Amino acid sequence: MDKNINITVKVWRQKGPQSKGAFESYQLKEISQGSSFLEMLDILNEQLVNEGKEPVVFDHDCREGICGMCSLYIDGHPHGPDTEITTCQLHMRKFDDGATITIEPWRSAGFPVIRDLMVDRYAFDKIMQAGGFVSVNTGGIPDANAIPIPKKDADLAMDAAACIGCGACVAACKNGSAMLFVSAKVSQLALLPQGKIEAARRAKAMVSKMDELGFGNCTNTRACEAECPKAVSISNIARLNREFIKAKLKD
Amino acid sequence: MWLLNSSIGKKLIMSISGIVLVLFLTFHAAMNVAAVFSEEAYNMICALLGANWYAVAATVVLAGIVAIHFLYALLLTFQNMKARGSDSYAVNTRQKNVTWASKNMFVLGVIVVGFMLLHFAQFWYKMMFAELLGNHEVTLGASQVSPQDGAAFINYYFSQLWVVIAYLIWYVALWFHLTHGIWSSIQTMGLSNNIWIKRWKVIGNIYATLLMAAFAFVTIFFYLKNLCGGSCC
Repeated sequence: MDKNINITVKVWRQKGPQSKGAFESYQLKEISQGSSFLEMLDILNEQLVNEGKEPVVFDHDCREGICGMCSLYIDGHPHGPDTEITTCQLHMRKFDDGATITIEPWRSAGFPVIRDLMVDRYAFDKIMQAGGFVSVNTGGIPDANAIPIPKKDADLAMDAAACIGCGACVAACKNGSAMLFVSAKVSQLALLPQGKIEAARRAKAMVSKMDELGFGNCTNTRACEAECPKAVSISNIARLNREFIKAKLKD
Repeated sequence: MWLLNSSIGKKLIMSISGIVLVLFLTFHAAMNVAAVFSEEAYNMICALLGANWYAVAATVVLAGIVAIHFLYALLLTFQNMKARGSDSYAVNTRQKNVTWASKNMFVLGVIVVGFMLLHFAQFWYKMMFAELLGNHEVTLGASQVSPQDGAAFINYYFSQLWVVIAYLIWYVALWFHLTHGIWSSIQTMGLSNNIWIKRWKVIGNIYATLLMAAFAFVTIFFYLKNLCGGSCC
């Protein structure tokens, strides 16, 4: 049964990208285990505002696990100790009475801290702009079933497309590698006939942008896959490697 | 050149050089096992691999591949540390499914290279290198032996307990390195998917275990043989 718990939260506070950050601890009393993790942070912020202190800055938007906006490295895990969910889907029933919860921002050179727990994930947008799309000429709407697609390919593409671009893979990776994200974005299109045509160009452009932005080199530790809120598989990374090597050999 | 500039290209260099080194280890293990059955056969291989031009050429190529594998490991590790940033997490966890070896490949590699230097000092320096210098006799403990008498070398070194222990530590480090390295290199080449990733992992583990077991078997065999003065086996 859900009950009310008293907890201590250890939060990373940092004024700006250039300033030096540090942890600060806050006590929270009578937090319902039925509340979500972000609601707990809302309560903390209300408490801070009432005390005349600066509230904690953190990213959030849809609060239903589909927008990819929430982040937070909670007790050593991106998106918290539960699996296959985002931080906004995490509930306080995962924590015990008297627990100390450590909350850190994503830490990677590719994602610099903007303030407190909020990081700049614009690098992902830049990678998408480099090639994460299908070029189309506008015209009449094609019939959905005009091009038959095998169920297996459709399923794999859908699994890859589940990626919400939150950056948990980079946060979890000891190498700060963005390979799981890039491979999911390359795979979701490379598997489908509409995306296949530009597959070579896409793989080359996105990998080159990823390298240029200073993300690390994948060493196949699988930490990304374990922490991904959408359980995107590293078999996508093998597919990206395949697409990339094939494209370069053809040149 | 994409092979040298892109992250995937650099990893492909690691992957291919790694696989070549695994193949060399396979040959080396097979050669060692021959010594257990017949020391004459082993010495024949040693003579064949002495200072003959093809053996020297192969050694140079092999040394080049080891150097490439090591230098690229250095380069990639350095880039990865930079990509990770200077701020580290206060709480660190190792996820289920993430093997210890996969996170410590560089450290394991350094250990392997360290013992490799010991191995070269003990064997290669007194065998192929001595021959290249034109020496037909080298000092081994108290006796003088031919640099082609490989069996004398194994019997001499593996009769010493500290050498045996050092080599066993080496094999363990190499085993950890290979359990991640083999399947990881195939993943980097892109020859993996949801089904094959599990198979490659199993194949990699079995291969690494058999390989290291062969090395360890020869090492322990010669230690025990010399322990009882050759009377028991």
